[in-house]
Amino acid sequence: MKTLALMLLAFASPIITLQAADWPQFRGPSATSVAPEAVPDTAWQEKPNVLWTADLPGRGPSSPIVSGGRVFVTSSWGDPQDRLCVLALDAATGKELWRREFWATGRTLIHPFAAVAAPSPATDGKHIFAFYSSNDLICLDFDGNLVWFRGLAYDWPKAGNDAGMGSSVVAIGDTVIVQMENQGDSFAAGISTDTGETRWRADRKRVACWCTPVSITVPGENRPAVLLQSSTELTAHDPRTGAQFWRHEARCSTLSTLAASGSRIFLPAAGITALEWSAANEPPKVLWQSNRLNVSNCSPMFNADRLYMINGAGVLNCAEAATGKSLWQLRLAAGQGSFWSTPVIAGSRMYCFREDGTALVVGLGDRGELLGSHAFGEAILASTAAADGALYVRSDRHLWKIGSR
Amino acid sequence: MVPIAELVRSVRPYRVVFLIAALAAASVQAGESMDVKPLLESLRGVGLRGQGHPAAIAAWPKLAEASVDQLTEILAGMDGADILACNWIRAAAETIIQRHLAGGGKLPVASLEKFLSETGHSPRARRMAYELIVRDDPSAPRRLMPGLLNDPSLELRRDAVAMTLDDAKALVAGNREEAIAAYRRAWDASRNVEQAQAAGVALRELGIATSLVEHFGFLTDWKLIGPFDNRNDVGFDTAYPPEKELNFDAKCAGKLGEVQWSDFRSSDALGVVDLNEAYGRAKAANGNGYADTPETLPRFKGTVAYASTSFTAAEPRDVEIRLGCINGHKVWLNGELIIANHVFHTGMTVDQYSGKGKLRAGKNTLLIKVLQNEQSDDWAQNWQFQLRVCDELGTAVLPAERSAKSPDKP
Repeated sequence: MKTLALMLLAFASPIITLQAADWPQFRGPSATSVAPEAVPDTAWQEKPNVLWTADLPGRGPSSPIVSGGRVFVTSSWGDPQDRLCVLALDAATGKELWRREFWATGRTLIHPFAAVAAPSPATDGKHIFAFYSSNDLICLDFDGNLVWFRGLAYDWPKAGNDAGMGSSVVAIGDTVIVQMENQGDSFAAGISTDTGETRWRADRKRVACWCTPVSITVPGENRPAVLLQSSTELTAHDPRTGAQFWRHEARCSTLSTLAASGSRIFLPAAGITALEWSAANEPPKVLWQSNRLNVSNCSPMFNADRLYMINGAGVLNCAEAATGKSLWQLRLAAGQGSFWSTPVIAGSRMYCFREDGTALVVGLGDRGELLGSHAFGEAILASTAAADGALYVRSDRHLWKIGSR
Repeated sequence: MVPIAELVRSVRPYRVVFLIAALAAASVQAGESMDVKPLLESLRGVGLRGQGHPAAIAAWPKLAEASVDQLTEILAGMDGADILACNWIRAAAETIIQRHLAGGGKLPVASLEKFLSETGHSPRARRMAYELIVRDDPSAPRRLMPGLLNDPSLELRRDAVAMTLDDAKALVAGNREEAIAAYRRAWDASRNVEQAQAAGVALRELGIATSLVEHFGFLTDWKLIGPFDNRNDVGFDTAYPPEKELNFDAKCAGKLGEVQWSDFRSSDALGVVDLNEAYGRAKAANGNGYADTPETLPRFKGTVAYASTSFTAAEPRDVEIRLGCINGHKVWLNGELIIANHVFHTGMTVDQYSGKGKLRAGKNTLLIKVLQNEQSDDWAQNWQFQLRVCDELGTAVLPAERSAKSPDKP
């Protein structure tokens, strides 16, 4: 019986599965920067209601992810930043549950502003996929057990960018998608979540790009696709095989990643170009294009038929998603630094984090209204996570949970 | 009860392997001693592109159940292993440690210190051992670091140099000679540019001449020829005459007319060869950027230049050629291509690229091709490189014919 019990244990599917309230990847479950549930107003009135603060090692512009009552954070340190770390914290208390460290196998030279832990991790509810500028991809379970480790630049040594790579990973079904576009070995790949083996690999243009793959559903079919945004094109692929559905030529941003909702794609190209994808193998059609809706470092957000973008001057633009018509603007920075962190929308509020560590709370409605601000006193480059009615804000050194008791 | 055969049929093949491993582990409780060698071998079998994953995925959970008393045996599994395997092994070691400490256990510090002292072990494994020792005893660095100043682990060496620099700084006010001796130790041991710079500055302030060029072995005397054509990015794959024959007396057709070799000596403290400077690109009056004209710009953008130098070695030996370069480049040692990167303007730093080569006794020839693209951005104007010859630890290998270089300026 003992043998059978152990055998069943070996087969047992992990109990943890992705919950609706989780924040499983860069820009949240829908990759549109919208919280699965509202953050109570009491969480942030005069100032943020900090439920706990956790110290973090090293550096990391990567976003935290939240799943199964745990927060996962990546960071890097060393000279030259060749030490990689995955940290798990109890979401309720901020207590560190475990940490795992690794040695980078790829290039770790990086612009001093950035860090090797720039790409955000992702989870499928069973595994954590931690990805780094060194192109190391690590799969752990929720208890910190190593499932597999891939050195993708170990395999393709010219993959890298000495300014830093920043594309985050996305898990779709049983495949984790990486997009490693750079001047050397430039490619996207689908990696088996179970074994770490490569399902497919597709060459990409040898131009640096920091955009993240985005999951979307094939119109009229109940199967996923993945969108890959590059400097001169947007392509759609089957995540399990890499087979390309279509290619749309456009001069796209290489920093700011598209937002998708249903069959609509809001592509940062010539301002914003809205596309409608109507059939699997048919390229999308342009719905509208507006060069007044400029993006800069952070990505566009989509919520309730509205699009939001922060431009290079620190102005938040709100536009009608159906037409691209600009509805209102709100200045969030006037020479006080730029935004690298993509804001998060929770309920009727948007939480924005400027590079200088200033948080700005914006009320969303017929116009944008600045409701408050708070100086965290540390640079904030990471995009904030929102789960279970709370915000998870990170700097290099700290992770703050903000919520209502 | 579900029949085992049916259970096995219902899962994917890799899970069968996992099942077998789990069954094999059934007789061993977590934390008990086991034969870790075959498990380590499975982890050491991981390779390029996921090679060896099924066996490693089966072995890892079992290895992670080993006793903490086997920690150094597991760390020794990193000896001679490549970095992929080291990471798999490290994760198992961390899991063992976490479980052991959570159960109220203590780290096996004595065996870890012995492991650390055995420099034949993997530098990564020894660094991990050191960090575990320090985790148990935060005062350990003061005790251990002096013995690690010239360690083959560059991480350990860097920490030891940092401590020596701190000690030297504290000595300056009270004992100049001891301070100089400490700074000299730090200087000699440093393989990190920032640390060498810090030691060098301090020594010069104490009246002791130093040269970063000598310390790191940057090559400063070059013969240059160019520009050749790199418009539309044609230059990387085009073999211009210097790639076919190195004749320093020859003239050949360049991008803008006939070109010939000329001598250039870098006076940069880190041996940077600035090709804009070498080819006379005029600086802007305000100091920002360059004062280009439509006539002069083609000499500096969309271009290729070659640089060559000779290097006399007393005997044959393996070396690393290390390059910093913000432009596309190729490097040949005695006609063999050892570094090539078609990458532009992503930054430049010491030892940015590295290639292994073999020096032969007597004269060796280095040739580097440096490409400049046509980007007009102000951050895309640098056209430069720095190159040195060293061993795998970064210790300079100097050419026998090298003339004495001027010490760094105070």
